[in-house]
Amino acid sequence: MEPTEPTTTAAGFWSDTGRSGIASWIFSTDHKRIGLLYFYSVFGFFLVAVALGLLLRIELMAPGRTIMGPQAYNALFTVHGVVMVFLFIIPGFQGSFGNLVMPIQIGARDVAFPRLNLLSWWLYMAGAAIILTSLFTGGGPPDTGWTFYLPFSGRTGTNVSLAVFGVFVVGFSSIVTGVNFITTIHRLRAEGMTWGRLPLFVWSLYATAWVQILATPILGITLVLIIAERLLGTGLFEPGQGGDPLMYQHLFWIYSHPAVYIMILPAMGVISEIIPVFARKPIFGYRMIAFSSIAIAAAGSLVWGHHMFTSGMSDMAILVFSFLTFIVAIPSAIKVFNWISTLYRGSISLEAPMLFSLSFIFLFSIGGLTGLVQGAAATDIHVHDTQFVVGHFHYVIFGGSGFAFFAAMHYWLPKFYGRRYAEKPAIIAWALMFTGFNILYFSMIVLGLEGMPRRYYDYLPEFAPLNLVSTIGSWILATGLMILLVNLFMGLRSGARAGSNPWGGATLEWSIPTPPPTENFADEPVVTHGPYDFRGTGVP
Amino acid sequence: MSRPQHRDHAGAKLGMWLFLLTELFLFGGMFLLYGAYLVRYPREFAAAGREMQLWFGTVNTVILITSSLMAAMAVTAIQRGGRRLAVWLLGGAVICGAVFLINKYLEWSHEFSRGIYPGSSRLAAAPPGESVFYSLYYVTAGLHGLHVLIGSVLLAVVAVWAWRGTIHAGDFAWLENSALYWHLVDLVWIFIFPLYYLIL
Ligand code: HEM
Ligand SMILES: [Cu+2]
Repeated sequence: MEPTEPTTTAAGFWSDTGRSGIASWIFSTDHKRIGLLYFYSVFGFFLVAVALGLLLRIELMAPGRTIMGPQAYNALFTVHGVVMVFLFIIPGFQGSFGNLVMPIQIGARDVAFPRLNLLSWWLYMAGAAIILTSLFTGGGPPDTGWTFYLPFSGRTGTNVSLAVFGVFVVGFSSIVTGVNFITTIHRLRAEGMTWGRLPLFVWSLYATAWVQILATPILGITLVLIIAERLLGTGLFEPGQGGDPLMYQHLFWIYSHPAVYIMILPAMGVISEIIPVFARKPIFGYRMIAFSSIAIAAAGSLVWGHHMFTSGMSDMAILVFSFLTFIVAIPSAIKVFNWISTLYRGSISLEAPMLFSLSFIFLFSIGGLTGLVQGAAATDIHVHDTQFVVGHFHYVIFGGSGFAFFAAMHYWLPKFYGRRYAEKPAIIAWALMFTGFNILYFSMIVLGLEGMPRRYYDYLPEFAPLNLVSTIGSWILATGLMILLVNLFMGLRSGARAGSNPWGGATLEWSIPTPPPTENFADEPVVTHGPYDFRGTGVP
Repeated sequence: MSRPQHRDHAGAKLGMWLFLLTELFLFGGMFLLYGAYLVRYPREFAAAGREMQLWFGTVNTVILITSSLMAAMAVTAIQRGGRRLAVWLLGGAVICGAVFLINKYLEWSHEFSRGIYPGSSRLAAAPPGESVFYSLYYVTAGLHGLHVLIGSVLLAVVAVWAWRGTIHAGDFAWLENSALYWHLVDLVWIFIFPLYYLIL
């Protein structure tokens, strides 16, 4: 799926290149080409991991062994989780849509360090290659779960060290992008692009970039320690040698809880872009949304302990972490209320990007509310490590970030391809995905409440009916995804031409030709109005 | 692509500071663990700390501070147009880096010969906290040593560029950023040294 041949649009950055063929892509320092490279690699990994998820669901379709044994199941959910988290959702937004539109939205010709930007993609691919190698060499795919909890990950014979090293390299790529984006947003804003006129997507990328550079190093050191544990026998988390496994969990979640904000903040940024455009209204509470991104990033860094309520922390720690967790709900709720207020009395047009955005609000709210169930220590003890948790985080990262990703695909890709997808199949795809999604994951939430544990390949017979329902939901979802893909692919190849501003947006990317020229702007733009000031965009 | 490269010195420096922040947090994780385990094993840490070879650590501290000074002077030299001097100073800093690593090698050989390394039978027999102390030390110092190596290579490359004239009074962002990196390596050691060799 290499976008090397701009079959339909011999224009803009597609044709204007010094090199030819594949080299004009993998050695390009143009942020738009790097954005598309990221998009295709990230999305490719997403599809692979979806296939694994479907296999997991098939195994769970009926009690007993269905298509695989326990060891294969362990490996599969680990690889599914690792690929989804580290190769799709964490690098996804920054790498693809961040790279594609952020420089244009702030009126810049490129990011601050174009060559570092390319390096970041290469590091990402190198890390991915290492992770993939770990599946087929050594002791076979890791079976630890994506959290690599010690001491088990120090003892298992599977290929943990190599996989962990691959994740380390991907983390480095994430840091490079974060540094690049912060510098770009500070240094390269066009004249008149004040902080108060920054599109909310850019604000969210900015907050995300800070989380990336402050949290990822902790993941880095945690991964180094796993490798040291395995190769040198340092015993730092091995009770027999004086170590403490709880310490590993602290380190891991100090990164990984903030990491969920790397996954969700840019998604919220996308939604904040799309909703005002499709409601034809300026966003309600611009400042509050921008501020809440920062607040989520800041407060979210203090709540990692809610993953360890059942691991044996002190009661005091549990109380504090529980309290802090509830505080994070406030800025998230602010965003939801602001989106709803923007919709209120708007003239709403229900096209595909908008439908995905609305379902984002719905699914993210369910995810958020089930999150509070786990944030309160008392209820968490009941649902910990059950299917409830699996349902919760899929609602947040798949129903939230994933659906925002699909919204962004429909919203922005026509800008870069110069062609549009067909609306009707897009809506059918959305309807199937939304329905399938809820069948698939709501069943898991109920199963969890009833007590079915997670990461088990088998279960008691009383859980059978809902598991079957859930698996059927996964097929409906997959069907919708296929339609979405085919429709987008055909549309971007040979659909109707997209004008320079098909949606009537007021941010800068809609003010330049479609597809954008290599240097984005013929002359340096001077910004005179806010990003959601729709007067003068030709749309009422 | 062939676009006129505009130079943004302040941007380059901002990027470097952000990157150094991430390095600080990387080591921060190790210091965090040190703190947590020190609270749990104060006596064992003290006993293990007394076993450390103070002499090796002191020499390495002096070496790193000297080289950091040289790197800083190299930046000033290039700003004033003293390219030859800058190259000499950078060369000196690189040599210091090499001496640091050699010294570290000698220290570790010595420790190994005494049976102090992760998983050794001597540590297995000692109270558990001591093994934790040495494991922390080896991982932290090993990671730091890796940074010394990277920093030395970076300074060497920059020295070559300065010698060739790619880096000059008008454009010395690479030199300045490499020097910043070297200061960070120095700074991290300034924390490692007292924590493991001195205060216990
Ligand atoms: C059609 C799409 C998907 C299906 C059918 C699916 C299904 C599943 C299933 C059955 C499990 C294992 C539950 C267990 O036994 O504990 C699982 C785990 C997981 N999934 Fe998904 N999933 C899908 C999409 C996603 C997406 C989009 C993400 C994130 C971006 C994701 C992230 C994860 C993670 C992190 C785990 C936990 C793995 C672990 O326990 O180590 N999944 N998924
Ligand atoms: Cu969390």
